[in-house]
Amino acid sequence: MKWLSPRGFYYAVGRRKFIEFIVLSAFLLFFYLPLLNLFMLAFADKYEAPALFPQEWGFKWWDYVLGQKSLVSSIALSFTIAIVSTLVSMCICIPAAYALARFSFPGRKVFFLSFLLSDAFPKMGLYIAIGIIFYKLHLIGTFLGVVIIHILNSIMFMTWIPANAFRSIHRQQEESARDAGAGPFRTFMTVTFPLALPGIIVATLFTFLGSLEEAQGTLLVGFPQYKTMPVEMYGIIMQYATTAGPVFSIILMIPTVIVLFLMRRYLSPDTIANGFKMK
Amino acid sequence: MSERAVKLEIQNMTKLFKNGDGVKNVNLTVYEGEFLTMLGPSGCGKTTILRAIGGFLDVDQGDILIDGRSIVRLPPEKRPTAMVFQSYNLWSHMTIYDNLAFGLRIRKVPKKEIKERTREMLELVKMSGVEKKYPAQLSGGQQQRVAIARALLLQPSVLLLDEPFSALDAKIRSQMREELKRIQEDLKITVVFVTHDQEEAMAISDRIVVMNKGVFEQVGTPTEVYDRPASRYVASFIGDMNFIEQPDGKVIAVRPEAITLSKGNGGGKWDGTIRTIMVLGHYAEIIVRVGDQNIKVFQPRHISDTFRQNDRVSLTFDKYHVF
Repeated sequence: MKWLSPRGFYYAVGRRKFIEFIVLSAFLLFFYLPLLNLFMLAFADKYEAPALFPQEWGFKWWDYVLGQKSLVSSIALSFTIAIVSTLVSMCICIPAAYALARFSFPGRKVFFLSFLLSDAFPKMGLYIAIGIIFYKLHLIGTFLGVVIIHILNSIMFMTWIPANAFRSIHRQQEESARDAGAGPFRTFMTVTFPLALPGIIVATLFTFLGSLEEAQGTLLVGFPQYKTMPVEMYGIIMQYATTAGPVFSIILMIPTVIVLFLMRRYLSPDTIANGFKMK
Repeated sequence: MSERAVKLEIQNMTKLFKNGDGVKNVNLTVYEGEFLTMLGPSGCGKTTILRAIGGFLDVDQGDILIDGRSIVRLPPEKRPTAMVFQSYNLWSHMTIYDNLAFGLRIRKVPKKEIKERTREMLELVKMSGVEKKYPAQLSGGQQQRVAIARALLLQPSVLLLDEPFSALDAKIRSQMREELKRIQEDLKITVVFVTHDQEEAMAISDRIVVMNKGVFEQVGTPTEVYDRPASRYVASFIGDMNFIEQPDGKVIAVRPEAITLSKGNGGGKWDGTIRTIMVLGHYAEIIVRVGDQNIKVFQPRHISDTFRQNDRVSLTFDKYHVF
C-alpha cells in the first residue's frame, strides 16, 4: 500500500498542495459532517446516543412528522408569511433605496448607517422592547404583528443592496429614456428597474430566506397563534425524539436549497459585495 | 442670415448652481439647419446650456423657444429635442433593435414602420445588421453611432450632442466627426454640439460659441473666430497664437503662419535668432528668439529648408491683433 503513505503523498504533490489538502479536508469535515449526521439521523427509526450509527433504519419519523397537522400547517404558514413580508418589504424598501441612491439630502449617510443599528443590539432584547410596544398597539398574537417583525429584519438588505444597484446605473441611461419620450414612471419600469434587477433579486432572496427561518421574533409576537416552521422546531427539539428534529430540519432546508439553486445565476460574490458598499 | 428661419431661441436665460457656477443672461439664436457648437473648457457652462435646452435642468430665469413655442416649462419627454451623451447612452439590457424602437413604440408607431425606419437609420449610420446584438457587443464608436441613430429616429427639431466623441480615440473621433457632418447636411437638421476640442469645433461647425466661465466670449463662423478673435481668451483657445507683451501693457497676438521670415537683420524691432527648426510634414515649425521671447513661426518646407539653426532673421507680421 505504498501509494497511501502520507510521506509519499507529501513529496508527490509538494508542500503547498499538501497543506492546502489538509486544510480543505478539515474544512469539509467540519462543514459537512454535521450535515451528514443530520441526514443519517433523519432516516433512523431508532437511535440511542453514544452509538455511531442508528440501531434501526426507516421512515418512521417522516411519517410521524408529515402526519402531524400542526407541522404541515406551520410550513404553509411560514411560506405565507415569507411571501407577504417579502412583497410588503419590497414595496417599502425599493422606493426608499431609489431615493437614497438618487437624491442627496442632509443626513443621508447617517440614515443609511442607521439600518445597521438593529444588528448592533442583542436581538432578544430588541424584541422584548418591540413586544411591549406591540402589546400596547394590540399587535401581539396577530398576523400583522408577525409580518411587521419580519419586515423590520429585512430592511437593511432590502435597502442597501438595491440602493447600491440603483446607484451603479448611469444617469444618462435614465435621461435618455426621458429624452425618448418616457415619463418618470415608465422610465423607472423599463430602464431603471430592469438594470437594477440583479441586485433586487439578491435582496429579495435574502429577505425571503431570512423570513423563512426567523424564529425569535415570531415566537415572541406570534406565539401561540402563529407557529411558523422554525418556531415549531423549538417545540420539536423539546418534545419529540431526537430523530424527529433532523427530519424537520431537512424539510426546512428544502425550500432554501431550491430557491438558492434557481437563483444561483444572480448570487455572484460581486453582486453581494457591491451591495454593501458605503458611498 | 436674416432670411433664415429661427429654430431655437434662448432669451435671457440664467441658471446658477449653489457653488456659483452656471450661466447668466444667455441670449442665443440658432437657425434652421444650422450646426452650432458651444466650445470651451470644462466648467464653462456649455453643458449647462445644453442640458437646459434638453430639459434636464430647470432654469432660474429666462425662456427657451423652439419653432417659436416656449418649451422651458416642459419635461424632457415633452420636448422636441433629442440628446446624445458622452457615454452610457444605450440601455444595456435591451437589444439594439429595442433601444432604437423604444421611442417609436411610445409614439405608437406601427410595428412594420418601426422595423423599416430602424433599418434605414442603421444604414444611415453605417451599422446595418446589428439589430439583434446587445450594446456590450459593440465598440465605443459603434455604440455612439447607434445612440445617434436612436436620437435621429425621434425626428427631433433640434439634435443636442454633449461631447459625443470625446470618449473615443483620436482616429475614430475624426471619422465620426466627418460622418456626423454628412448626416447633418443630408437630413438638414439643426444641431447644437458641445465640445472642449477646438479642432473638432472648427471642423464641423457653421457657427461657434466660444465660452469662458459662463460668458460668451465670441459667437461667429469658424473663420471669424480664427481670423478675428474678439478677445485674448478666444485667441489663445483657438489655434496657435504668439502673444508678445509690449512695454505699454498691450499684447500683440500673431498666428505662426502670419509671420514672414527674411535673412539677416532688418534693423527693426523683430530681429532674432533661429533656435530650433522642427519639420512637421509639409510645413516646419521654427522657433525664433527675439529679445527674451520665443516666437513660433510656421513656414512651408521650401522656405524653411533655406534656413539653419542660429541664423539671424527678421520677422514681418502680415496680420496681427492687439489686446
